[in-house]
Amino acid sequence: MDFADSPEELEFRRRLRAWLSQNNPGLPASSTADEYWAGQAVWHQALYDAGFFGLSWPTEVGGHGLPSVYEVILDEELITAGAPPRPSVGYLVQGLLRHGNADVRGRFLPGLVSGRERWCQGFSEPDAGSDLASLRTQAVRDGEEYVVTGHKVWTSYSDAADWCLVLARTDPEVPTHKGISAFVVPMGQAAIEQRPLQMINGVTREFGEVLFDGARVDAANMVGEPGEGWRLAMTVVSHEREPGELGYVARYGKLVNELVHVVEEEPSRFGPEPRRDLAWALVETEMLRCHVSRRLSERLEGLTHGPEGSVDKLLMTAAEQAVGHAALTVGGAVHVDGDDTWLKVYLYSRAQSVMGGTSQIQRNLIAGRILELPTS
Amino acid sequence: MDVRLSPEQVALRDAAAQVVDRLGVHGVAGLDDGERAAKLDAAVAASGWRELRTATDDGAPWASAVEVALVAEELGRGLADAAFVGATLAAELRRRAGAPAAGGSETVVVCADLGEMATEEGGRVRAGAVALDAGIAETALVSVGSTGGWTIGAVALLPPARASSTSGVDLTRPVASVRAPGTVVAIDGQARPLDSDDAAAWQSLGLAVTSADLVGVMRGALDLTTDYARSRRQYGAAIGSFQAVQHLLADAFVAMEGSRSIALHAAWAVDALPASEALAAASAAKAYCARAARTVCETAIQVHGGIGNTWECLAHVYLRRALLSSDLLGGVGANLARVLAARNIGVDDGLR
Repeated sequence: MDFADSPEELEFRRRLRAWLSQNNPGLPASSTADEYWAGQAVWHQALYDAGFFGLSWPTEVGGHGLPSVYEVILDEELITAGAPPRPSVGYLVQGLLRHGNADVRGRFLPGLVSGRERWCQGFSEPDAGSDLASLRTQAVRDGEEYVVTGHKVWTSYSDAADWCLVLARTDPEVPTHKGISAFVVPMGQAAIEQRPLQMINGVTREFGEVLFDGARVDAANMVGEPGEGWRLAMTVVSHEREPGELGYVARYGKLVNELVHVVEEEPSRFGPEPRRDLAWALVETEMLRCHVSRRLSERLEGLTHGPEGSVDKLLMTAAEQAVGHAALTVGGAVHVDGDDTWLKVYLYSRAQSVMGGTSQIQRNLIAGRILELPTS
Repeated sequence: MDVRLSPEQVALRDAAAQVVDRLGVHGVAGLDDGERAAKLDAAVAASGWRELRTATDDGAPWASAVEVALVAEELGRGLADAAFVGATLAAELRRRAGAPAAGGSETVVVCADLGEMATEEGGRVRAGAVALDAGIAETALVSVGSTGGWTIGAVALLPPARASSTSGVDLTRPVASVRAPGTVVAIDGQARPLDSDDAAAWQSLGLAVTSADLVGVMRGALDLTTDYARSRRQYGAAIGSFQAVQHLLADAFVAMEGSRSIALHAAWAVDALPASEALAAASAAKAYCARAARTVCETAIQVHGGIGNTWECLAHVYLRRALLSSDLLGGVGANLARVLAARNIGVDDGLR
């Protein structure tokens, strides 16, 4: 049991630290402005080109094939440098790696990993949120293509995306979760309409609705077999719940360090309440770093896709929302300036207990699948 | 980095688990079972777990704080009413001072609020100072001198200063106020004076061990409560099938898992990081675990309903143990203040 670097890990850490000292783009840690996603795209490609992204993913898709714990080193060094977090595409990568055939993996993963091609995720619908299996978007076979019709919502960054991983019903005759298939749909078709939704922190270019009105997708872009869409969705969301896959330790670490700096600048401004909030944000962020180290060490025995992600999601949510509360009380002056960045950080943190499966759903999963409590 | 337990660590944990599964407190009536308690004490004594922090020939401890934490967690889970934390912290003091190992059963004395090691003043321990694991210990260690350079001394804990098992909040680990005159006697054969790094490292060990105890207490309380939720029926169904109950238990499980991760890191840090960094890691862990443990044990009482509010239900025994482990060397407020101090944004009055 050792949290310390091996000689190889230490060498990697030094090389990474040297690169970061010259290449920190000075971007924010969270989506608090409409420019965030464009900046993250540039950062993604820079990190990838320097050889510091996709560390634990297979080399054939552009990764480095390193042990999983290297991702923690990356997160720690990003925090130390005050650099932006690593791009959060790991859950899509894991979904395609597990369910895609060789053709799909070969055509799509290199662009996703390198950041040259941008992706969004078309899962939720207006009437299929937590109850995802009830989704109604349809994909109908037409020769060598499928024709997609339906309405997706809460689709992040769809306007900048080249591809959308869409869940659609291909067999309406079988029970709901058995008739769903997954497709990599090219965006930028006339039959796809985008409607941005403004988030509670004012950002307009993250969240949106996507309407598919007879959009076409090559049948070869189906991920997995017909009817495998539900299982792919479960793989994707289980990893979307893992801070180790998302890189959010670095996101919270950067934010909390910036809040520490705010207090350092003018200590006399801060009484017991904001200091207590900040202390909890530091403790929660440290807990998450330790927890991710533990989870990624467990992964040295091989990747699993089990219900532990629900535990991790709730721990990650607690950390983000503790940072959010510290942003509110340490950030200060938020009641006067409605455009304050710390106010936006706080408001954005409220989404964490909803996105990727609500906290209520995570508790249901833990109760049933981990604690094995009886069903009602 | 690989924070999985080694095969030896797994074997140690399993051995401790077997001892408490056989000889721990499994019902409130078990608290009064002197024969069981004596067997448990003998098993812990025979295992050598209290000597994990005694010195080897080169002055290093026999085992790292990770091993100590693994044992502490299992003892907490099994509500073990045998001395461990006091003996471990006393052994660590002797090791750091280069003093010979204790001849008999030894523990440590802490201040009245349990937050710090007690200090000798004018040849005596201040009134109100508290000895841990006071059931059987014959002597208890205190610090002598200032933090700049200090040594260790001992107070004799003779009956009636030694305590019965129901003398404190924790029904499994008696504490006792040191009685007047509380005369401090120098420990012979100390090889070197202790400094502020020794104090921080010792504090880190204490925080890591009590954090591990809290993780164990949470596991035990949660096991007890999930079993109850599966068997207790209302409205014709097990109460564990109701979402309101499920969410309470799921939150408790998550709090325990987060605690386990941060407590494990704190235990590793004791021997692997410089004293100031180890103290920062241990403070964060203790604040997190103390808050989590109180909530988890309160949930245990809540889910047990009326039964949970009776003396006969073990839930309050877990809560009581958690309250002592939390306050020992500082609970939530003291450790949040240490977390801020470690980032140089602390304040003198702390966050108590």
